[in-house]
Amino acid sequence: MTTTETAGNFVGTSVKRKEDASLLRGSGTFVENLNLPGTVFMALVRSPYPHARIKSVNLDAAKAAEGVVAAFSGADLTEDWKGSLPCAWPVTEDIKMPPHYPLAVDEARYQGDGVAVVIAGSRAAAKDAAELIEVEYEQLGSIADVEKALADGAPLVHDDLGTNECYVWKLDSGDVQAAIDAADVVVTRRYFQPRLIPNAIEPRGVLAQVGPTDDVTLWSATQVPHVLRFALQLVLGITESKIRVIAPDVGGGFGSKLNVYAEEALAVALARRLGRPVKWTEERSENYQATIHGRDVVHELTFAATKDGAITAVKSEAKCAMGAYLQLVTPGIPLLGAWIYSGPYEIPNYSVTFTGVFTHTTPTDAYRGAGRPEATYVLERTMDALARELGMDPVELRRKNFVKEFPHTMASGLTIDSGDYEASLDRLLELLDLDGIRADQAERRARGDAKQIGVGFSTYNEMCGLAPSRILGAIRYAVGGWDSATIRFQPLGSVQVVTGTSPHGQSHETTWAQIVADELGVGVDDIEVLHGDTAVSQLGMDTYGSRSLAVGGMALYHASQKIVAKARRIVAHQLEVAEDDLEFADGSFSVKGSPDRSMGIAAAAFQAHAAHNLPDGMEPGLEEAATYDPANFSWPGGAHAAVVEVDTETGDTRLVRYVAVDDVGNPVNPQIIDGQVHGGVTQGIAAALYEEGTYDEEGNLLTTTMTTYLVPSAAELPSYETDRIETRADNPLGVKGVGETGTIAAAPAVINAIVDALSHLGVTDIQMPATPERVWTAIEEVRT
Amino acid sequence: MRHVTLSANGVRHELEVEPRELLVYVLRDRLELTGTNVGCDTSSCGSCTVLVNGEAVKSCTMLGVQADGMEITTIEGLATNGHLHPVQQAFHDHHALQCGYCTPGMVLAAVSLIDSGEAVDEAAIREGLEGNLCRCTGYHNIVKAVAAAAGVS
Amino acid sequence: MIPAAFEYEVAESADHAVALLGEHEDAKLLAGGHSLLPAMKLRLARPATLVDVGRVAELSYVREDGDRIAIGALTRHKDVASAALLREHCPIVSYTAGQVGDPQVRHRGTIGGSLAHGDPASDLPTVVLALDGELVVRGSAGERTIPAAAFFAGVFQTAMGSDEMLVEIRVPKLGSGTGWSYTKMSRRAQDWATVAVAAVVERSNGSIGKASIGLTNMGATPLRASAAEEAIADGGSIEDAAALAANGAEPSSDHAATADFRRHLARVLTRRALQEAAAR
Repeated sequence: MTTTETAGNFVGTSVKRKEDASLLRGSGTFVENLNLPGTVFMALVRSPYPHARIKSVNLDAAKAAEGVVAAFSGADLTEDWKGSLPCAWPVTEDIKMPPHYPLAVDEARYQGDGVAVVIAGSRAAAKDAAELIEVEYEQLGSIADVEKALADGAPLVHDDLGTNECYVWKLDSGDVQAAIDAADVVVTRRYFQPRLIPNAIEPRGVLAQVGPTDDVTLWSATQVPHVLRFALQLVLGITESKIRVIAPDVGGGFGSKLNVYAEEALAVALARRLGRPVKWTEERSENYQATIHGRDVVHELTFAATKDGAITAVKSEAKCAMGAYLQLVTPGIPLLGAWIYSGPYEIPNYSVTFTGVFTHTTPTDAYRGAGRPEATYVLERTMDALARELGMDPVELRRKNFVKEFPHTMASGLTIDSGDYEASLDRLLELLDLDGIRADQAERRARGDAKQIGVGFSTYNEMCGLAPSRILGAIRYAVGGWDSATIRFQPLGSVQVVTGTSPHGQSHETTWAQIVADELGVGVDDIEVLHGDTAVSQLGMDTYGSRSLAVGGMALYHASQKIVAKARRIVAHQLEVAEDDLEFADGSFSVKGSPDRSMGIAAAAFQAHAAHNLPDGMEPGLEEAATYDPANFSWPGGAHAAVVEVDTETGDTRLVRYVAVDDVGNPVNPQIIDGQVHGGVTQGIAAALYEEGTYDEEGNLLTTTMTTYLVPSAAELPSYETDRIETRADNPLGVKGVGETGTIAAAPAVINAIVDALSHLGVTDIQMPATPERVWTAIEEVRT
Repeated sequence: MRHVTLSANGVRHELEVEPRELLVYVLRDRLELTGTNVGCDTSSCGSCTVLVNGEAVKSCTMLGVQADGMEITTIEGLATNGHLHPVQQAFHDHHALQCGYCTPGMVLAAVSLIDSGEAVDEAAIREGLEGNLCRCTGYHNIVKAVAAAAGVS
Repeated sequence: MIPAAFEYEVAESADHAVALLGEHEDAKLLAGGHSLLPAMKLRLARPATLVDVGRVAELSYVREDGDRIAIGALTRHKDVASAALLREHCPIVSYTAGQVGDPQVRHRGTIGGSLAHGDPASDLPTVVLALDGELVVRGSAGERTIPAAAFFAGVFQTAMGSDEMLVEIRVPKLGSGTGWSYTKMSRRAQDWATVAVAAVVERSNGSIGKASIGLTNMGATPLRASAAEEAIADGGSIEDAAALAANGAEPSSDHAATADFRRHLARVLTRRALQEAAAR
């Protein structure tokens, strides 16, 4: 096929967002803003206990309350479910996958497990009536700690399984034990990465409408309308073609809305029963129990190295909390990092083991980075630990071990297509003024200042752009990782793009228009991007895992090529030249050597529509679709540094500077890329300094609201310094992803900085988040 | 039910509300001004911020009946004749929103901060936005936008 | 997010509010609502009646009262923070009012509401206690003046009866030889203090001769660091006095800090507060 020769007007520029026009005016279509006549409101009753037998559910008082339409226990609704809430990734053959229904029937297994539902004419009436539902519980033993849950005699989450062990998954390459035995230096460290609550500012919500012939329309604050439609047919027994899922404007997800939730199935089932639209919105404290959490994993990480600092082996053993049930991707989250436990380093012997563990807690699942922040944290912390052991500079240790040539096949078996870790690090050092920081640090130490400073590094790579379908099949993921685009050139020259991605803040309406505008030679304002409604976007695999650009964007690219190819055929036919005799630039086909003989692509679109003079056998219209299945994952990487100031008397720690240099391939919209980096690093910084979802021993959530689970404000943070280097990905657009890189890199940079600030005192480790008390305690422990 | 008279974006309304109805729900459900969002239940996130008699207030922490006789400005009332308010324009220019859910509250908090004369430098802006949480942007561009709208660097 | 239902009354005056409190059992006053409404939205508080005093304009003022400044209980934090009389004569109060919560809270919350709520983690109760302020309370039996030291009884408990309303707060005018500091450590800017220290000191001979030290979030009520105060009165150094700041305090452990860490913070922040007050 002939290739497009466009000048590229929009890709690479910071086009301002199309999304802003409505969002800035308060015209967003968030689910909570949508209303249908006759809507009734759903409220759930949730177990206050982490583990309890449900002995009885008395709905009488609730049913008699003012405004109440109906109330149901879990037992009342068992016939509504054809299948349980799905888990799409049974990671091993012998994985334990207990059934999981939208309401618990006999046993509640975590604090927040839904046990009954009431539906009323107003939100307030539903909430009042929910308080009247009497549930008799018999409390049972429960456990929240991921390691203690594996101990003999620990209370079981699912009795019939006889264990809390969900699965054991391994990846081994080379001979790690031999490398450890032969090593000059072996460093082993243990890390606990606490539970994080994704806390998108929009709580989850649904509005479900079911017609008399079971035609379903479900509006949901979801990242995954296509996946949700597919899953609902399994849960409800309604055929997929009768289900329409609409993700309207969605207020952030970060993975927490990449799921199939009880309330989505419940709202549809109840709308079906009652013949009225059913609406539900989480309260925030409810969200903390009812929406998935991230992380909660204990690692033991080992590096084997020569005395010169060449790392010869990496071994990781991790115990990963599943929570009480397996939600959509729960067991697979750790695995998403399984192939990058060597990070940007060349490490020939490789072993990772994950043990999934049930605990009586809210299920875990994808939270920004999903498996890769966990891997990067343990790697980058241990790099510093190894540097200390060897008496080496931590920056030089990293540089020494970097992969230097690309493509590079890692010991784990996957191949990094492109990258330049040294260039990222060099650029970082240029921006950082490390000498200045070290000088300041030395002066403060000499004076014995209460406030000390430290600098910490995190050099990373990550694998995203989920994902090549063949590999997904090989690792037992239930479906594929392709995505889809349809481009429709309207007769008078405007362009409609239908994408299978489902943005919820990622600006696809703008950036997809940029890509298509360049490929077709039209203006960004001529293009409208449609997404999120399965009646409009029939095919797609939605948005998560930094996949939308690398996969969805490539589908756009290929659909664009088909459009241009068809237009070329039309123009060649009408100008009576061979297709190869035409040049295509700036949206116009012109005859080589006779540039006055030309036709614009919009004119070709009209010709396609009028169909007066098309080549024999050509179908009218100028609309093309492409579905793209990536051949490889996508491999962003980079180098970050954090500078912190620690008040050694109070432990109070402030981030003073954060510098990020990232390689995200060919940049489509620099301003939007920076915005993704800002938001991503902020979540990693927050994990390092502020956020921790804590349970007591038994599984009672202690951080129950946004007053105790600490999402930082602008007052806690500095402005950031960001830059990029660019190595093109192995795809025609050269694009990688950027949505999660910040969160993957940031937490270890901050913790490494705190350790660096206190290294002269002998501190070598701080538990995340580095609260003032933890920092102060670490100082006290080495003082005594 | 109580009778409440309030002005929202310059339009006078006479309403019957239950005393326990929060102002944010009066605005959203009764006046169908759905631009103001609810993000939490502990007055922590500021998404519900509106202007009450010109000052930023968390409308989830006020009863509708407390707003009797008051002038409320919501996000829908900021643009005039289709032209974005300078703060809205600055948010657009500086990419200070991603999902947009915290944005109405953030914009109105910024308007109030600038009007109070306290948006004098980056530190003061960051401090002044302490009551508004965003999960998408990391605040970097929000602070830039507010500084630009306030005419400070 | 939705409070339980309640009866609602609007008070036209302070006396009317007192009468309404007397008429309704289980009634709470609603001023700015920024302590009460959050509790009601989580259904932790479910008063049968709310008496709205938000329109009692007569109780919003800052005025001179001899050697004291009198602040109407319904004066909003932002107005306390900007009051010229306070900035001149009792700046620890105006400064601290500007530290409460966030700007939105300060536009609605009142000094009286904050004091009457009796939260040991709030800032203004500590400052009023350190100043040995007076709380004027009106009930069906008339008005009485309660010294700050006797006002705070326990967590969310004050010395007021169920039919009494706080109407005025009186704080002393601080002389030119007086230094002050409110030193607050919190996890985030919008959070309650993990621990905070209010220090009011009389400077003498390059050092301090007398100190009043209040502690925030170090127990069931705001506290005076009496041992530290006595050490200063006995001529002790700031460092020596600060070491005694936590004596007698029984702070609680929560997500922000353990009791032991709070004691440590009290010592450090007292030292810093005294140093800042001495240098002001």
